[in-house]
Amino acid sequence: MYNEMFADDRSVRGPYEKVAEWINATGVDLLNLRQSEAEAIFRKIGITFAVYGEGADPERLIPFDLIPRVFGAAEWRKLSRGIKQRSRALNAFLYDVYHRGEIMRAGVVPEELVYQNEAFLPEMVGVDPPGKVYSHIVGVDIVRTDGDRFQVLEDNCRTPSGVSYMLENREIMMRMFPQLFQAGIVEAVDSYPSLLKKTLEEVAPIKCDDDPTMVLLTPGSLNSAYYEHSFLADLMGIELVEPQDLFVENGLCWMRTTRGPQRVDVIYRRIDDTYIDPLAFKADSLLGVPGIFDVYRSGGVTLCSAPGAGVADDKAIYVFVPDMIKFYLGEKPILENVQTWRCAEPDHCKYVIDNLKDLVVKRVHGSGGYGMLIGPHATKKEIEAFRAKIRANPSEFIAQPTLDLSTAPILGSEGVEERHVDFRPYCLVGKDIRLTPGGLTRVALKKGSLVVNSSQGGGVKDTWILAE
Amino acid sequence: MLSRTAENLFWMGRYMERADATARLIEMGYRMAMLPGSNEQEEWRSVAAASGSAPELAHPDARNFSASAVVQRLLLDPDNASSIRSCLTSARANGRAIRTALTQDMWEALNDGWRSLGQMDADTALKNLPSLLEWTKHRTAAFRGASEISLLRNDGYYFLRMGGLIERADMTLRLLDVKYYVLLPETDVVGGGRDYHQWTSVLRATSALRAYHHVYKGDYTPWGIADFLILNSAFPRSVAYCYRSISRFLDDLAELYGERGSPQAVASQMVEQLDRTGIEELFQHGLHEFVSQAITTTRRLSFEISKAYHF
Repeated sequence: MYNEMFADDRSVRGPYEKVAEWINATGVDLLNLRQSEAEAIFRKIGITFAVYGEGADPERLIPFDLIPRVFGAAEWRKLSRGIKQRSRALNAFLYDVYHRGEIMRAGVVPEELVYQNEAFLPEMVGVDPPGKVYSHIVGVDIVRTDGDRFQVLEDNCRTPSGVSYMLENREIMMRMFPQLFQAGIVEAVDSYPSLLKKTLEEVAPIKCDDDPTMVLLTPGSLNSAYYEHSFLADLMGIELVEPQDLFVENGLCWMRTTRGPQRVDVIYRRIDDTYIDPLAFKADSLLGVPGIFDVYRSGGVTLCSAPGAGVADDKAIYVFVPDMIKFYLGEKPILENVQTWRCAEPDHCKYVIDNLKDLVVKRVHGSGGYGMLIGPHATKKEIEAFRAKIRANPSEFIAQPTLDLSTAPILGSEGVEERHVDFRPYCLVGKDIRLTPGGLTRVALKKGSLVVNSSQGGGVKDTWILAE
Repeated sequence: MLSRTAENLFWMGRYMERADATARLIEMGYRMAMLPGSNEQEEWRSVAAASGSAPELAHPDARNFSASAVVQRLLLDPDNASSIRSCLTSARANGRAIRTALTQDMWEALNDGWRSLGQMDADTALKNLPSLLEWTKHRTAAFRGASEISLLRNDGYYFLRMGGLIERADMTLRLLDVKYYVLLPETDVVGGGRDYHQWTSVLRATSALRAYHHVYKGDYTPWGIADFLILNSAFPRSVAYCYRSISRFLDDLAELYGERGSPQAVASQMVEQLDRTGIEELFQHGLHEFVSQAITTTRRLSFEISKAYHF
């Protein structure tokens, strides 16, 4: 197991020197006090997160751990190149999927995985989104399994959330410990909103002949990520709209304002594909803007991300991302995938069924850490139940080895303790590819746990990228 | 500005004002009930009636009537949309739905302590009534203060303020509607203890007791009180003040948008009427008739605003 702060001889690793110094100088008692102050600030500002299906408090806080997670400049250089490479390949793949389908013809990706995928939208075939961009914000979930080994756990091509935590966690740290940042050793993350805005501007639709009007489309204040939606809209200075604020007329999209209709050009939507347009997708949906998909197809408005982008972040497609990088970019993948068995393949399935106690099994379309099996931590009964589920519907599942995730220091009940972490950077794709030096570090707060999802008791940390 | 944003701001203004006015109303009932010679039941009953949200308690034959029932209904009841608890919760929900239109200061004022009434029962509330009412007034004052010093003076501010002013005019009018009979001339002859209480109660509910002294030099007369609450545009809870301010905000809005909307016709007509009418004339034509008509006009004004600005 790779300990990010301490080497095997308990000496502090280079990137963590400053943090270790700070922990020692401040002392655990004062840090604990600051920790509760930080929570009070989060509550006051209203940064909360709702968890589906748990009832109880709809405005829960995600636990925040004070001790930053640190990447050195060299580590980030490699990560950053890998993330951008992956984002380019995923967008190239999406364009190909909705056009000639070369990668399927070449036999690199099996046809049925794409065309029979739930996230594949036949309505998108032949549509040309501005700049050929489908996924404008790519969230790549990365884990570290050794000093120089980073592996991608999954890609998020639709509307990855969590970026507000990257910004707010830093804000809180700077507010509480200004002296930590005075030396200028940590790269700033606060350019993210303006880079996102620039990205959205770059993908204005062809029918837009003026400065594009951009909006952020949210399902509403009951959505779990609502805080983030309002936060980003605010920082970009664009309207935060709900579906009922938008309507379609004369082949264009408009929002209802106090001065009458106003044209909308680019929509950063934080709402699922199927709820965008009841006329095109889900007729019984009360959400959505009737007719907007036709406006999109005819170049009257841009939707970010493009409908149907989810076909690229499916866990069964994930297996082929390194092949996509070779196929479209002619490059060697910089970031590794995690070895993955697709239960749809009979011999893979047999291996998985026989080795469940050592594997992590996930649903192909699942997300948020729900409905997965972590073999080494599961009871016999749970394993048997999963075995039956896989047998009944093998193509629904993939399996991966239990990864030896790296650990980072947290402030626990017994002082500084070690917990497993992952990392999600947010790569922006417009005419250019932009990556803010930072991201969201999620941490499994339960001792020994490998599940970092906030819906399953995970917390978050500030993430430092050290300046060169 | 999105129409939905304007609507939310307008209603946020109304809810905060309603919470504040309801706190003052309960305070009045509480104070009156303590006075010697007062009919406690009657006082609480008129509080219920003036709130407009507890008709079943306002009725003379109401069963299970008690101070605690009124406090429960007006302060704590989550099913009464006009209870202080509901108003603070709704104002916060409105604010949360348009976070980008609020300043951080305003949000913090809305967000701070909004859950605290959730767990309370009526008996505890009755015991701590003065401090709870103070607390409510502080919350609404903090919100108003935050908007005053931090919100841009543009359409958002105008909608927020107009919502508050419409609610305030409405509350003053409804209080007059319930209490008009104590201001009628025939009750003036005696000038005994009960009338004194009744008149001061009306002033107390609008936090106008001391201000009245400054303007009318001490003598409580029905005309003086009605004049103060309806026509005196220096008093910020009077109908005249509210309508003048609304009319000014509608002008500001017209200037910003480059066109005059239909609500201004309603507002300025009322302003003119209040300007040219003296209090004697008002009594001659019937105080109650005037109050009823003004309540209808206020409702219409609110409707015209939402229609003109598409919400």
